[in-house]
Amino acid sequence: MTKNLRVKSSEYIDETNRISFKFNGKTYHGFKGDTLASALLANDVHLVGRSFKYHRPRGIMTSGSEEPNAIVQVNPGTNRTEPNVRATEVEIYEGLEASSQNCWPSVEFDIGGINNFLSPFFPAGFYYKTFMWPASFWEKYEFFIRHSAGLGKSPTSNDPDIYDHRNIHCDVLVVGAGISGILAAKNAAKNNFKTLLVDEKNELGGSTIFENNKFNKIDNKTPSEWLKKEIEELKNIKNLEIKTRTSVAAYHQYNYLLARENLTDHLEAKDKTNKIRQRLLKIRAKKVILATGALERPLIFNNNDRPGIMLSSAIKKYSEFYGVACGSKNVFFTNNDSAYESALSLYNKGINVEAIIDIREQSESKIVKKVKEAGIKVYWSHTIVDTAGYKRLNGISIMKLSNDGTSVTGSKISISCDCLGVAGGWTPAVHLYTQSGSKLKFDEEKQIFLPNQNTSQQISVGSCGGDFKIDEIIKNLNQKLKDNLNIKETDLDNIKVEIDQENSKRNIWLLPSDKPLGKTKPFVDYQNDATAKDIKLALREGFRSIEHVKRYTTTGMGTDQGKLGNMHALGIIADTAGVKMGELGTTTFRPPYTPLTFGTIVGRNVGKFFDIFRRTPINDWHVENKAEFENVGQWKRAWYYPINGETMHQAVQRESKAARESAGILDASTLGKIDIQGSDASEFLNRVYTNAWSKLAVGKCRYGLMLNEDGMVYDDGVTTRLGENHYIMTTTTGGAANVLGKLEDYLQTEWPELDVYLTSVTDHYATASLCGPNSKNILKKIIPDLDLSDENFPHMSFKEAHIGNIQCRIMRISFTGEHSYEINVQASYGKDLWEKCIEAGKEFNITPYGTETMHLLRAEKGFIIVGQDTDGTMTPIDLQMDWIVSKKKYDFIGKRSLYRSDTMREDRKQLVGLLTDDPNIVLEEGAQIVSELNQSPVEMLGHVTSSYFSPNLKKSIALAVVRGGKDMMGKKLFVPMENKNINVTVANPVFYDEKNERLNA
Amino acid sequence: MFLINCPYCGERDQQEFKAGGEAHIERPKQPTELSDDEWAEYLFMRKNIKGIQFERWNHVHGCRKWFNMVRDTSNDEIKAIYKMGEKPPA
Repeated sequence: MTKNLRVKSSEYIDETNRISFKFNGKTYHGFKGDTLASALLANDVHLVGRSFKYHRPRGIMTSGSEEPNAIVQVNPGTNRTEPNVRATEVEIYEGLEASSQNCWPSVEFDIGGINNFLSPFFPAGFYYKTFMWPASFWEKYEFFIRHSAGLGKSPTSNDPDIYDHRNIHCDVLVVGAGISGILAAKNAAKNNFKTLLVDEKNELGGSTIFENNKFNKIDNKTPSEWLKKEIEELKNIKNLEIKTRTSVAAYHQYNYLLARENLTDHLEAKDKTNKIRQRLLKIRAKKVILATGALERPLIFNNNDRPGIMLSSAIKKYSEFYGVACGSKNVFFTNNDSAYESALSLYNKGINVEAIIDIREQSESKIVKKVKEAGIKVYWSHTIVDTAGYKRLNGISIMKLSNDGTSVTGSKISISCDCLGVAGGWTPAVHLYTQSGSKLKFDEEKQIFLPNQNTSQQISVGSCGGDFKIDEIIKNLNQKLKDNLNIKETDLDNIKVEIDQENSKRNIWLLPSDKPLGKTKPFVDYQNDATAKDIKLALREGFRSIEHVKRYTTTGMGTDQGKLGNMHALGIIADTAGVKMGELGTTTFRPPYTPLTFGTIVGRNVGKFFDIFRRTPINDWHVENKAEFENVGQWKRAWYYPINGETMHQAVQRESKAARESAGILDASTLGKIDIQGSDASEFLNRVYTNAWSKLAVGKCRYGLMLNEDGMVYDDGVTTRLGENHYIMTTTTGGAANVLGKLEDYLQTEWPELDVYLTSVTDHYATASLCGPNSKNILKKIIPDLDLSDENFPHMSFKEAHIGNIQCRIMRISFTGEHSYEINVQASYGKDLWEKCIEAGKEFNITPYGTETMHLLRAEKGFIIVGQDTDGTMTPIDLQMDWIVSKKKYDFIGKRSLYRSDTMREDRKQLVGLLTDDPNIVLEEGAQIVSELNQSPVEMLGHVTSSYFSPNLKKSIALAVVRGGKDMMGKKLFVPMENKNINVTVANPVFYDEKNERLNA
Repeated sequence: MFLINCPYCGERDQQEFKAGGEAHIERPKQPTELSDDEWAEYLFMRKNIKGIQFERWNHVHGCRKWFNMVRDTSNDEIKAIYKMGEKPPA
């Protein structure tokens, strides 16, 4: 039995295009151009949700993004579902479904509604005060609280939509396409400024586009007629880009703004596929013109939240723009003239207006006279003291307001009505302005916060700058445009404006009732159910800072960030505390202005685009040979190569044995490689490594350890002297970029006098590391003419050679302790080189091994991995690597720190080997080490950093850092685990081939 | 998000840069002659001013050059930018 409240065809509603949609499971009809809110109102549906704390029935209050109540779940149960969407912003389409949130089992009958009747027990800070003790019970409380809280449901399956980011640079960005924004954009573009105009709505024109007050005229036309002509002219202007359905979410410093462009949310499901849903615009503007308008304020009175109570301006918009009557018996409650415009708008369409309650003593403006002539009853100096109707407003009670506005007198008058329009004046939308870091000042006369000190190239025009009347708007806009854009003439110079002068308004932040405040419910924040009573309670309890009151009462902390009620909260605090609003300041408006989807924020960086990954030139071979991969920094590295269903352990044991017994091959292309040239290259290496480099002969390699200035190990690797003034440095895989950055930093800032040039060549070379006793035989097969004798090509030396036509650099260096060669070729020949090695190695059972085997083999030799066995707190001395620290060099990075009292302590954590008493038990990396078992608390001496089962030694081995470990050789320690204690013995970290005999095997 | 005028490349978005801490802290030429306290002063002590601060920046995703910036940390206003080795503005 739904009523049809469509009253008049509107040019913005296409009545030939009927659309069906579902709300809370019931099918309704609307028209193309409707929002979910306007379509529901046309079907006489006001009740759309329940409030957060008391579960009170709530209806649609506004017609825009400031909506606190009509928060819905769109397309519930689908993979496109979205919670917390404002019904006033959802454009309907065929097949749209939406449902209410925060109610169970339904919005009509909500169990949580009991909270409303228990509300005397839920004051501000209820949760803080009640669930504090006993502290250990919090987890139990939390279960129930979490269950009853929460707005909406997040989707449970992957988002099917595509999102995008775009960078935009413009001379002038105009935010808001109301009358001020349109005129600003038009004049900026006409003066050759590259201009972007954005508006969150789908139609341009703001509120002026439906402004039919006949007492206001621009060039003898009504403001709406005149503005339509202006909008029409925008089409022919160059330099102007217009984006509708685009909401600016954030205004950062240096005129950097983020906006969300909505591209498919208004389309039917079938038209949404394979299109970008939302795009994040990253806008850098030379100048920003804010024309964000103003938000109408509600009035704060007893039970001001019932479904059917709306903003007066919203009622006007639904009537003029959507052709919908919000009620059949309408009443307005106001402190200024704007409610009269709304009343007249309804009257002109034949919609019944019962009365206007005005808290002012009188007003003599033309529009008020017109309303009186229409026979609408006006109650001057009256206020609403209560409202009635649970799920829909059905009446109000009014009483005469005392002269000082703090109490009511006389007898109560009851008026029956089903819709109440509330007009409390206008609040400039300064949210974006303050986000930019600019400062506000309070205008005592207008009772509004206005832009005051700009931090960037920006102006605020129209009502967000404090101009509310069309004559002021155009005059001030004209001057601001000329000053800010430095232009002499504009279109606005010769516009004639006539307006109806408004009488001053009467501002009372909290209206009195015949009942004491404790017995009333004057809501300040509708979404979070904060009342004037809660704010006063917070002040009584000692809160003074506005930011603290906000958090204690949750005022302004909902998804709407209190766009409607924040000013009243400030006003009530100021009145109660007896301070001026200007001194109180405001809470901080934070981005986003309206909520953003995660999709918009993330853009295309999802799935395989989530992070960059790098593959070596040999990667295809690893894939073809069924390698398992691990991530090392951004690299995908072959981890191990399982054969015939081997487990990782089995594969690694096989690979490790093969590498020591015959031959193994590792893809080492990911190691960082830095080409170093210049006449001071040797001196430079002397300064950045702990050991000496001046005497390294051309063609020789040396291992180097690099420290931070604080003396802690930063990176390591082998550097080769290719020529007199030419080195190639290798770094760890993960440290490559940081090492280059650090070296560049020292060169540019500390030692600019050094003649040294650094070039990252990591990606330029592919590297195959051939290791094991047969590596020499394999290399001999590939490069028969190269003399591989120990005399000609000893350990730690370098040769240039050719494999066919391919030039290669071969270093005889070893990270496994075996006789090995690292062969570097131009990256594009990498796979070819690898395959040649495999082919040549077949007769020696060459075994490709991955990073896991590499780690095991080096652990057998006690070689550290920076970042695994070190953690930024280990000096070379801690690592028992004193041998690599030059005593002779005067200085190197980190040297002085090695002599600080702290780094010289004997009881620092030091690297040691650990052997388990039971050789089959493999310790867990990260396991804690203690010296006592039956003691609590017990000191943690250190932890296991690397641990493996060594197939070559046939026992478990581990590296660990242990407090004072250097002097503990042979000492028994314990590794306590969840179910057992493991006995271990401190050992030499070099477990295998201590004399390095295998290097020349 | 700052707009930073790299002295080598011109105006670029902050994303291209890396901040490098307080500027004009010279690495001591003779570290071995310093006491622990003097070395700690160089190594650890930074002013972290609210207000005008001299700091180092690196155009890491651009020309990779280091340069100096004078920034008011209370409102992030960039007052001046100058090359390494140049005298700071008064």
